Amino acid sequence: MSKVLLDIKNLHAEIEDEGKQILKGLNLTVRAGEIHAIMGPNGAGKSTLASVVAGKDGYEVTEGSIEMDGKDLLELDPDERAKEGLFLAFQYPVEIPGVSNINFLRTAINEIKEYRKEDPVSAKDFMSMVREKSKLVELDAKLASRSVNEGFSGGEKKRNEIFQMAMLEPKVSFLDETDSGLDIDALRIVAAGVNKLKNENNAVVLITHYQRLLDYIIPDFVHVLADGKIVKTGDKNLALELEEKGYDWLTEEKAL
Amino acid sequence: MMTTVLSEKMQSFLDGFPTPENSLQLAAYNRLIELDFPTTRDEYWKYTRVGKISNSKYTLPEKSIRDLSIEQYIVSDQFIVIENGLVRLDLSQFNSSEFNIDFKDAEGLSELADFNANLNNEDVFTQLNTAFFDEGIEITIDNKAVIEKKLQLIYVSNGDAVLANNRLFIHAGKSSKSSIVITQIGESGENCFNNLVTEVIVEDNAHFTIHKIQSDNDSNTQVATEQIAQGDNSTFKINTVTLNGLLVRNNINIAVNGQNCSTYMNGAVIGKNNQHVDNHTFVDHRVPNCYSNENYKYVLDGKSTGVFNGRVVVQKDAQVINAYQNNGNILLSDHASINSKPELEIYADDVKCSHGSTTGQLDEDALFYLQARGISKKNAKRILVSAFIGEVIESYEDETITELIQQLLEKEHGWTF
Repeated sequence: MSKVLLDIKNLHAEIEDEGKQILKGLNLTVRAGEIHAIMGPNGAGKSTLASVVAGKDGYEVTEGSIEMDGKDLLELDPDERAKEGLFLAFQYPVEIPGVSNINFLRTAINEIKEYRKEDPVSAKDFMSMVREKSKLVELDAKLASRSVNEGFSGGEKKRNEIFQMAMLEPKVSFLDETDSGLDIDALRIVAAGVNKLKNENNAVVLITHYQRLLDYIIPDFVHVLADGKIVKTGDKNLALELEEKGYDWLTEEKAL
Repeated sequence: MMTTVLSEKMQSFLDGFPTPENSLQLAAYNRLIELDFPTTRDEYWKYTRVGKISNSKYTLPEKSIRDLSIEQYIVSDQFIVIENGLVRLDLSQFNSSEFNIDFKDAEGLSELADFNANLNNEDVFTQLNTAFFDEGIEITIDNKAVIEKKLQLIYVSNGDAVLANNRLFIHAGKSSKSSIVITQIGESGENCFNNLVTEVIVEDNAHFTIHKIQSDNDSNTQVATEQIAQGDNSTFKINTVTLNGLLVRNNINIAVNGQNCSTYMNGAVIGKNNQHVDNHTFVDHRVPNCYSNENYKYVLDGKSTGVFNGRVVVQKDAQVINAYQNNGNILLSDHASINSKPELEIYADDVKCSHGSTTGQLDEDALFYLQARGISKKNAKRILVSAFIGEVIESYEDETITELIQQLLEKEHGWTF
C-alpha cells in the first residue's frame, strides 16, 4: 500500500466562542494517489473539517490528532501547514483588492521554497509557470495579474483556486465545495484541472454536496459525514446511492 | 492707553527669545503675544492637544557644521539640506539653471509682493514661524519651464529641544511644470519642534506637485502648514506620507482662485506607539468649473491616534464643482483610534461632491487566505497593509521615492504590526 499522507484520528473540534461541538470523533486516512470525497447533509461539519485541517482561527481542537506525512499539523500555523504541502481550495475565495494575484503567489512560492531550503524561483521561470498552469484551468492570463479574486465571476474564482493549487503543487488538497456555483462548463474545466494535477504522490479530498462533481473526478472512496463523524464509507457507487436516497436513511440506520 | 492681557503660557513659551527687529517679523511677534495656544475647545484643534509643544522650553537653532547622516534619504541629485531651519549649503547640491533658488532673510522675503500674504494671522504656529525664522528659501520656476528633475528639500532635526522654523516660498510661473520633494527627518534631534510654513503660488496653466515624506523622531513634534493659491487652469498635487513623529499636524490650505483647476491631495499615515498624526485639509472653491480629489489612508497600531479633517467649501457662485473626498482607516490594535471628520460646505447648487469614511480592522478572512497559501502572518499583514496604502504610495509616481518609503516602513515599523 502507498504511504499515508493524511491521518486524522478521533478529531473533536468546537467553535471557540460558542463552545459548540462540531466534529465528534472523526477518523480519516488518506494515502498517496487517492481521491476521497466527503459528502453529507448541511451542518454536518464538512467545512469545519476543512477549516480545522487548514488551521483557521475560531476553532478549538479538544481531542484527537491530524498528521500529514508524519507531521503533527495541529502544532503548526496555517502558513506552515501550507509549507508542509497542504492546500485548501476555499468554498468562498476571498477578494483582496490591491494585491495582485501573481505577486502574492510569487511571495507564497518563495516563502515555501525558503522553508524547504530551496532556491527562490526566478522571475522568468515563475512567469513561464504562470503561463503553463493558467492554461490548465483556462484562466485568462489577464486574471492572473489582477487583484486576487477582485471582480472575478464565481467560476473564475474557483478556477483561480485550482490555478493556485497547480502553482503550489501540494501533497494534500482539500477542495471545499469547489463545485458550488459552477455551471457545467466551468465544472468540467475545474475537474479536468484537478485530474491533471492528480498523481501517485499526492492526494485530493473533495468536500461536496452533490454527486455531479464525482462524474468528472472519480473518487476512490466516498465518505458520509453526519453529525461530526464519518458514518459510512464506500466507493463511488455510494455517491450515486446518496443522490437517489438522500442522507436520512444513514442517520436513521445509525439511530438503530 | 491700550492694554492687552497676555497669555501666561505664551509669555513663558517666548521667554528668552529675542524680540525681532524687522517690521514683518515684529508684526508677527506682536500678533503672537496677543494669541494663545489652541486648546481642544477650538474646533480646529478639537482632537489634537499641543501641550507637548506649548509646555516645552525650546531654544532657537545655531549654525552647525556637523556631519549629517542623510545619504539614505536622498532621492534626487538636486537637493537642499536644512538643519533646524538653517540652510546647510555645504551639504547641499543643486544648480540653479532650472529652479531659481534664493536664500533670504525676512527682510528680503518681505519685499516680495505675495510673500506672507495668504496666511492666517490668527494662527499661532504660522505667526511663530514668521516671527522667528532665520533663513527662508525662495524657489521660483520660470514661466513655461518644464522641469523633469525633482528638487528635494531635506529638513533635518538635530539637538535637544530646538525650535526649528522652516520657511519656504514657491512661485510656480505660468505654464510651468515641476515638482519638489520635502523630506522631514529626525536624525539626532530629540524633543525638537519643527514648525514649517510653505507658501505656494501656482500661476495660470502651471502644474506643481509637492511630495512629502515625514519620518521624524519618536520624541519630535511637528506642525506643517502649506498655503496654496491656484490660478486659472492650474493643477496642484500634494502627497503626504507620515511614518514617524510623536505629534505631527499637517495643515493644507488651498485657495482655488482660478477656473478649470485640478487639485489632488493624497495621504498615508502609519502610526505606532503613542504617536499622534493629524491631517487638516481645506480646499476653498471660490470660482466655477474646478475639480478636487482627496484620498487619505491611515494604518494605526499601538496606542497611536489619527485625525483626519477634510474641509471643502464651495462658494456661492462656484458652480460646476466636482469635489471628492475619501478617508479609509485600519486599526491594528484595540488601543489605536481615529477621528475622521469630512466637512462639505456647499453654497452653490450645481455641484457634485462626495465624501466617504471607513474604519475597520485588517480583513481576517483575507489574512487567513494568504496564510493558507504559505505566507507567514507577518508577511500577510504587510501585503494587506501595503495594498491598503498602495494607491497613495503609487501617487508619488516615482520609483526612487516609493523605494525610500518602503525602506522607511521597514526601518520605522519593521512591518511587525
